[in-house]
Formats: sequence, structure tokens, C-alpha cells
Amino acid sequence: MSSVILRNVVKRFHKFTAVHKTSLEIPDGAFVTLLGPSGCGKTTNLRMIAGLLDPSEGEILIGGKAVNNVPIHKRNLGIVFQNYALFPHKTVAENVAFGLKYRNVPKAEIAGRVQKALDLVQLPHVGARYPKALSGGQQQRIALARAIVIEPDVLLLDEPLSALDANLREDMRVELKRIQDQIGVTTVFVTHDQSEALAMSDSIVVMSAGRVEQMGSPDEVYNNPASEFVANFLGASNILPAQCSTRGADGAVLELAPFGKVPIPAEKAQRLSDAGPAKLVLRAEKLQVLPQGAAPEGVITTPATVETVDYQGQTVRYFLRLGDRQLQAINMIDDKPFEEGAAVQIGFRPKDCSALPGEAE
Amino acid sequence: MGWFLIRGYAILVYIFMFLPVAVVVLLSFNASQFGAFPMTGFSFRWFVELAQNEAILRAFRTSVILGLLTALISTTLGVLASLALVRYRVPGANLVSTLLIAPILVPEVVLAVALLLFLNVLGVNKSFALLLFGHVIFTLPFVILVVQARLVAIRRDVEEAAMSLGASPMQTFFQITLPLMLPAVLAGGLFAFTISFDDITGTLFWKPGGVETVPTQIFAMLRNSISPEINALGTVMIVMTVGLPLLGAAIARQLSKKSG
Repeated sequence: MSSVILRNVVKRFHKFTAVHKTSLEIPDGAFVTLLGPSGCGKTTNLRMIAGLLDPSEGEILIGGKAVNNVPIHKRNLGIVFQNYALFPHKTVAENVAFGLKYRNVPKAEIAGRVQKALDLVQLPHVGARYPKALSGGQQQRIALARAIVIEPDVLLLDEPLSALDANLREDMRVELKRIQDQIGVTTVFVTHDQSEALAMSDSIVVMSAGRVEQMGSPDEVYNNPASEFVANFLGASNILPAQCSTRGADGAVLELAPFGKVPIPAEKAQRLSDAGPAKLVLRAEKLQVLPQGAAPEGVITTPATVETVDYQGQTVRYFLRLGDRQLQAINMIDDKPFEEGAAVQIGFRPKDCSALPGEAE
Repeated sequence: MGWFLIRGYAILVYIFMFLPVAVVVLLSFNASQFGAFPMTGFSFRWFVELAQNEAILRAFRTSVILGLLTALISTTLGVLASLALVRYRVPGANLVSTLLIAPILVPEVVLAVALLLFLNVLGVNKSFALLLFGHVIFTLPFVILVVQARLVAIRRDVEEAAMSLGASPMQTFFQITLPLMLPAVLAGGLFAFTISFDDITGTLFWKPGGVETVPTQIFAMLRNSISPEINALGTVMIVMTVGLPLLGAAIARQLSKKSG
């Protein structure tokens, strides 16, 4: 097990820069997710760590050692690919044993270790079958068994759940996390699915257009996004232009029309350095839609109109009209949702907001 | 009524195509001196004589050696060329690919004369090596077409998985890539062998004096007389050029059934 460090890594393809200068530190034993839309450079980063791509600039260290000149087959990594990449002409047991052959593991020991790996992924009886005879979810478990049986220094997962259907994906998510906890291997997980990232990671690296937008715990990136992109990529957010009137040690006060003064706590205003133009980030789940005239304690409210209702069973998503802007709210359904065109009161608690610097006009 | 006509017509076409072949096979078992109907009895006499005809045996040996060498060289070159074209970024890959396939598109006579004239200019004499060279040029496109098609279907991440597990690029090729494309490699080799074994146009131009392959030997024999031996030889040729690819296809199917 080892830490992974990217130091000023750049990757260019001809004239296109896929990864801009990136520095990352993935601690020993951590489960770190690279999250972003397709084309953001997350897979390029993974492939550079794997040794499938050479960085154009910078250094990659695994376990403290520079690996730029170490070819993939000498890096001792376990990789799980999106489409399983099992060897179709080998049985499941032969697939899992493949990496052991190149590690001078005595023959007698191989069978035992293969069985242990198959037990770990809860498919103990399929060793004699060919991959073709297994379902997609089973094949991905075998691919995982094959990757971890060699006791890799780092486990690299390249969208391993994307090819599975929705229900299976959630099962595999739990399963994958359980196995990672059990063996404690440093894991780099690449996905474009925010719920996977939030559910599984110790820390999330949000990427966009070849740059790291934010790295932090799931709670941090979700509740205290570092940029508009992060706020919108992880769920839906309302980003409202505001004016910061006071910036002090205990937070900032934002003037937000038509709500009024919004005091933002210090830890959620850390990206705002001075008074001046600012943006207020309010997650759609934190915007409450209330009956007219309601004014719960500690909630700043203003009247608005329901424009569209998107009913989702347990929750409902409202698109609300407030002057010349549209806001989004996702609320639990209590009794009955509001109807389209209804006049309502909308509001939020200041501590649920965070502040970002705004553009000067 | 219309279907009846079409069906009848199709049957007639098949008869037109295959009846002469059937006649050759049938007459090769005729006991009579003359290779013609009526048949006077069933015998293996002409096959026995064939087996004792030194010239034919020599031609047969030449053809088999030529075919095997052609298959070996064509398949090796074809696999390497396909790997380069599919797996690596080669500058001008499209042009290279077109040039490699071109010999199929050029009429064989043109190709044969061109190669001969070219080597004349260089002052190279006709030889068995030249004949082999010509056959390789002519069979290579078939191997490349078959192998390339298979290689495109082998996912790159399977090879990447093998390397991540500790196999060097060479070990990955022999452990993963080659076994997965084996059916295509065998098919390509069989193609090369049967095409070489069958070829007469190019061979007539390229063969050095005194060297005969089975087709040129038959051709030479026909100029003198139509011996029933030729019927027997024809039968042997049919068995080889039809039977081998069928066998190959069966083996390939068996192999790919296992690996999907």
C-alpha cells in the first residue's frame, strides 16, 4: 500500500491540453474519487498513474518513488476497467491467477489465493467457468478479484460501475466499498456519477476542463463548493448575485435582493476575501417552499410564484419565479405539493448558504 | 410460378458451374484408357499412376513447399502489419493499408509482368525465391484483411489489463492477443496456402525453368494429351483446395466458440 502523488503534472495531446498543471496527494489507504463530466481529464489522470499514458510534464510518485520511467507492468497496480476487460479465452480461475504467474507465487499457493479472492467478491463457485457465462455484475466482481489478488500498491477503478444497470450499480457500490475497507488498499476511483462519488469516497477531487476545481471530503465539496461549477455539478444549486457589505473574522454579511441581509458563517465564507460583489450559493434542497405568510424561526423569506412542478414521489422539484430569475427547490413532500401558479413564500436559513467571490461589474 | 422459374434457373446455374467438376471427379475413377464416357468400370488405377509419375510428384512437392512457405511468410508479415496498422499510430497508415491491399485490385497478369520486368531491370534472375516472393505479395492482402478485422474487435483494455497485472508487452502478445486472434491467423494462413497452391497466372511468369507447380504441370500435360491422370490430379486438387479451408473454418469455429 502506498500513497500516490501527482506533482505539477501536465498532459498534452498534440495541441490539446487534456490536463493542466495538476498537483494531487492521495494518502496511503484512502479512497479518492476523481469526479467530473466526460472530457474533464479524470481518466487521463488515472491512465497516467497507471502508466498507460506518459505525462508531458511533471512527476508521479507511488509510495514515495518516482514512477515516470517505470512501465505499467512493473508498477504493481490493480486496474478495473469499465468493460471488465476479462480474458475471454481463459476461465475465471485462470483470469484471477493471471497476475500471480508474474509474481513468482508458488503453484501450490496460487489456487488458494485465487479461491480467497473469489470468496472475497462472493463468487466462490465460478472458477471453472468462462467469463462469457457470467452476468455483467459477476464479471465486474471477477475483474475486481483479479485486480486485488496480486495485492497491488494502488487500486485504480475506471468507471467500474457505469456498464451495470441501476439497481446492480448500487449493490456493487456498497460491495466495492466493503472490499476496499477490508483490504485497505489506496484506491483511485474515476466516475462522472456524483452519487457514487459522495457515497464511496474519503475525499473527492472535482475536475473540469483539465483542472482540479476542488478537493475535499464529500461533505465539504457538497456543502461548501469552491466554485460555481462544483456547486452545479454536485446536485442542483441556486447561484445568486449579491453584495458583500461586511467581511469579518466571524463571517460575512451578504446583501441579497429581495431577501435582505444574509449572514454567512466564517467557514462558508472563506473564499470571499473582501467586501464587494459576491455570489450566494444555495442548494436546491435548502430552499424551502412554504405557504403564503409563513415565517418560521431563523428563515429568511420572500414571496414567489410556483412555475413548474416536477413530481418525483418522495420529493418534488419546484421551479420558482422570483422577479426576473428562476430558482430551483427540491423539497420533501409533506401532505400535498403546491400547484403550478400558486403564490408561495420561499425561504432559507443563512447557515445553509455559502459565499463565492462575484465578478466586479 | 415465378418462384418456380427462378429456382429452376438457379439450379441450372449451379449445374453449369459444378457439373464439369463432378465429371472430372467421376472420370478420375474410370477404368478406361480414355478420359471419356462411357465409364467402363471403377478403379483407383489413375491415382496409382499419379502416385508413380515422377514429374507430378515433383510438382506436387514444389507446390506444397511453396504453399507452406508462402503461408508462413504471408501470415507472419500480415500479423505484424495488422498489429502496426491497428495498434500503433503509423504515419500514413491509410496509404500503407491501401498499398498492402492493392495487389488484390490489380489484375494478376499485370502484377506478374510488372514484378518480372522490375526484377529484370534490377538484373535479378528468375528463381524459386522470386516465385515465393511473388506469391507472398499476392497472398498478403488476404491475410491482412482477415487478421485486421479480428484485431479491431479485440479490445485494447484486455491487453492493458494483462500488462497492469505484470505481463510485459511481449508476454501480453503471446498470452492474450495472439490466442484471441488465432482463428483469424489460421484462416489467413489457409487462405494464403490455397491461393498459392491454386495459382497459375503469376506462377507461369515467375517460375524458373524446370520448376513446375501442380497447376503449371497440369497445364503442360494438357498441351500434349488429355490423360485420365489429369482427372485424378484434378480430384486431388479439389480435395485439397476445398477441403482444407472447410477444415480450417471448422477449427476456427471451434476455437472461437470457446473464447467468444
